[in-house]
Amino acid sequence: MNSRPNNLGHVNGVRLAHWQRRLLTSVMVAVAATALPALAQAGPLEDSLTEAIDGLGAASDDKINESIGKLGALGDPRAIAALDALCDERLRVGADGHAYVWDSKTRDLRGAVTGQVVNPEPRPLKEVEVSNEIRRVAFPVLAQLKLGSPDAAVRLAAAQELSNGGSAEAPALLRGALARERDSNVREALTLAIARVDLGSADASARLAALEVIGKSGDDDFLSTLQQILGQGADGKPNEPDPRVRVAATRARNAVISHQRVVGFVGDLLHGLSLASVLLFAALGLAVTFGLLGVINMAHGEMLMLGAYATYTVQTAMHGSRFYLLVAIPVAFLSTALVGVLLERTIIRHLYKRPLETLLATWGISLGLIQTVRLIFGAQNVSVANPDWLAGGLQIAHGLVLPWTRIAVVGFVIVVAVAVWFILQRTRFGLEVRAVTQNRAMAACIGIPTKRVDALVFGLGSGIAGLGGVALSQLGNVGPELGQSYIIDSFMVVVLGGVGRLAGAVAAALGLGVVNKLLEPLAGAVLGKIAILVFVILFIQRRPQGMFAIKGRVEA
Amino acid sequence: MRTSFTGSLIAVISLGALSAAAVSACNKEAPAPAPGAAPAAPAAPADDKGPIKIGILHSLSGTMAISETSLKDVALMTIEEINAAGGVLGRKLEPVVVDPASNWPLFAEKARDLIQNQKVAVTFGCWTSVSRKSVLPVFEELNGLLFYPVQYEGEESSWNVFYTGAAPNQQAIPAVEYLMGKKGGNAKRWVLLGTDYVYPRTTNKILRYFLHSKGVADDDIMEKYTPFGHSDYQTIVGDIKKFATGKRTAVVSTINGDSNVPFYKELGNQGIKATDIPVVAFSVGEEELRGIDTKPLVGQLAAWNYFESIDNPVNKAFIDKWMAYVKKNNLPGGDKRVTNDPMEATYIGIHMWAQAAEQAHSVNVDSVRQAVGYQHFAGPDGFDITMDAENHHLHKPVYIGEVKADGQFHVVWKTDGPIKAEAWSPYIPDDKGKKADWLYPWACGNCTAAKFGTPSGVSAAK
Repeated sequence: MNSRPNNLGHVNGVRLAHWQRRLLTSVMVAVAATALPALAQAGPLEDSLTEAIDGLGAASDDKINESIGKLGALGDPRAIAALDALCDERLRVGADGHAYVWDSKTRDLRGAVTGQVVNPEPRPLKEVEVSNEIRRVAFPVLAQLKLGSPDAAVRLAAAQELSNGGSAEAPALLRGALARERDSNVREALTLAIARVDLGSADASARLAALEVIGKSGDDDFLSTLQQILGQGADGKPNEPDPRVRVAATRARNAVISHQRVVGFVGDLLHGLSLASVLLFAALGLAVTFGLLGVINMAHGEMLMLGAYATYTVQTAMHGSRFYLLVAIPVAFLSTALVGVLLERTIIRHLYKRPLETLLATWGISLGLIQTVRLIFGAQNVSVANPDWLAGGLQIAHGLVLPWTRIAVVGFVIVVAVAVWFILQRTRFGLEVRAVTQNRAMAACIGIPTKRVDALVFGLGSGIAGLGGVALSQLGNVGPELGQSYIIDSFMVVVLGGVGRLAGAVAAALGLGVVNKLLEPLAGAVLGKIAILVFVILFIQRRPQGMFAIKGRVEA
Repeated sequence: MRTSFTGSLIAVISLGALSAAAVSACNKEAPAPAPGAAPAAPAAPADDKGPIKIGILHSLSGTMAISETSLKDVALMTIEEINAAGGVLGRKLEPVVVDPASNWPLFAEKARDLIQNQKVAVTFGCWTSVSRKSVLPVFEELNGLLFYPVQYEGEESSWNVFYTGAAPNQQAIPAVEYLMGKKGGNAKRWVLLGTDYVYPRTTNKILRYFLHSKGVADDDIMEKYTPFGHSDYQTIVGDIKKFATGKRTAVVSTINGDSNVPFYKELGNQGIKATDIPVVAFSVGEEELRGIDTKPLVGQLAAWNYFESIDNPVNKAFIDKWMAYVKKNNLPGGDKRVTNDPMEATYIGIHMWAQAAEQAHSVNVDSVRQAVGYQHFAGPDGFDITMDAENHHLHKPVYIGEVKADGQFHVVWKTDGPIKAEAWSPYIPDDKGKKADWLYPWACGNCTAAKFGTPSGVSAAK
């Protein structure tokens, strides 16, 4: 895109791209339309561009839509900034009646056309309120303008917008863009957009070619169009007169359906994996405290909650900096671990060997923690924003997007699980923990400080739960009752996997996650959840020790 | 065994300390009873000089605390406002705040306590329909008076309840009509998504019949429910995406409580924009948006009878009063607190009750009830709001707003004026001929024939 001109003077007329030609045409129109040519000294194009952009700040929706249409006709990429701002509610109208763009990052006001910081600001500034009706008009125009962008990712998004949006009233524009395009992804999206237009073409061979492209893409957006092509009109005649095209359409439809089936299955598996990662995060800390110490810790959910609130606190303290999450990880781990150690030292250590009292006491602790948090932060949920580098998702296939947050949680849980395994199996501390778990008296005899080990294990389990809280804060609600919704799931995973087995927890989380997601499309979310609970109860009846049983002598 | 004894002793003590701290701090947080209320009047029952007791029955803990706490706050503010203006019948109002803790059976117990033991003149309370259904028999048995401030599914009319929230024809139906129209995006396909309990199920039943009446086939309606507190919306959002191919689709969400956060996050992350698949919500307002990162929600819709962003002098005064009250009592959230529709409905309800008591010159339930109908009040929603004497619902304007990045709503559609509630939906075949009419000769909330026969000149419904 080295031929992208900054202004008219750079167009040296060798091979004009389509939009450049349009630009020239509109300049001529604009010149012709200018009644007083003497006033047009600043350049008629500049004038009509500025006028159209200022029109974006009009009071009536119709006027705004009209201005968007004008900007589309002008085809000047300098309008992108203003249109983007309009859709994001960052467009302001100054006291002088001109439109300005509010830069939310630098907190500056910029000229809509120039992009220069405006100082002093023409106060009072009025925010331009937009509705979906306006956005629906603006998005295709924006996409058209962005097809000329130097950034391949922007062009791809623009091409996808045009291929999905149905506003393919500019087939010539698309073809022109395809001819210029080098990036294969963008080419693909453009080809699809053109195929959508060609489906309505009068030329049977164009329709055939379009069906070929659609069949290959497997894009299920076309399914209903294909059904319609294959259907019959009210008079009993098929909608598509040409039999060759009908055959091609049948083939394309079958291809789309089978593609969708595969994508659906892969999607369920991936969603299951992602649910499994959440379950594992909720259960991992419990697998340590319940599994190794045997403490039925009803306050485990509150450790998740404290981790999430630690994330919120860090976010607030860092004023929503992009990397607050990275700071939140150690902060959440250390703070929840500290709370865990304190609880163990002050309350829980007095209750070992009395499981019923532990259960009641930890339940009381959980209520106390919930109320404490409610007093400090309020009963209302707090908002934890996803940082921009985790926003959006990875398109795996058409119709299957895996959000980055979920991918990050899967990765994070793997790292944490490996780290826990490493600590327990490969370090001296882990050796001591295992020794204490297997035979407390003997461990004490050979000089292992069992009490300190207990406290540290409880701290470790709580700290891991805190890390889980960081992860959960990116997916769901952060409120005082956050832990309550995960405590059942955590116990389910730990008990199903086999108490005291890390591998068991991993396997159980994976199994529950995937089975749940495979059931959900069949039975619905409510029945799916019930089915899982019934399954777990039956399984525990048959095999009380869980999937992975500990072999050897263990204190009951 | 000495150690274990001291152990449990310490445990008990520390637990006690924890909960004591919680309770004492709790008391500190709860706003003091209205200033000017007689200090600890030693049980002056039915004393014509003493303060009038007003019951406030909202969950201050549990899942619904998120929404209901601010209703308690706004009720206290309104009572304070009325007291500052001289009270009712020259007597001060004294709020009695109880916490049913989002526990539906506890709602009934607390309601009984308020009416029987506390002898309250009126109760303002409930949010979820489950809680209202739970207290309904109590109010009917003891002849209490309840003002219910939240939008609900209709299909109910009680002699003991005044409904200050919207019935389906004042919220759900106009919202669906809007999305069917050109401005709303010409939706042809519908996803009815809700939490699994009575309000979403009944509302969706009405909407399904309504959509049928507009020629929408069952193939173009997808109905889905999730449990309370559901947090994994991957599959559902994926299904919505699949369902939305080919025809323009809109989602009608009756998801209640904090499940909305993961739902909207998933929508945003899977790249669904409000321009492609608009989602209109009936339980998401300014207060709920406070706990959500609003970026992915921009452009999504909500239908209510009031928005904080509505620009008129009454609303401005209402918001100023609220913010001053929040500041004075140092409520959590501080200047981030907002007003919303059920808060406005609570405010109107308390004022209407006070007006009716003045008019009836009594706080007796039977006298006040006769006077509540026809009361009107200048509402913050910009209209003179009337209580329908026939069906005991408010006439309300309908607003449809799009979420803005700052968590407020940009109103994109509104009715010309307040519209009358339909307690029984005309779209449900079973409701045919059912009437809620508390005026003579009907005097009945759920019947097809007038209670007192048909006097000549009045035609009864068939």
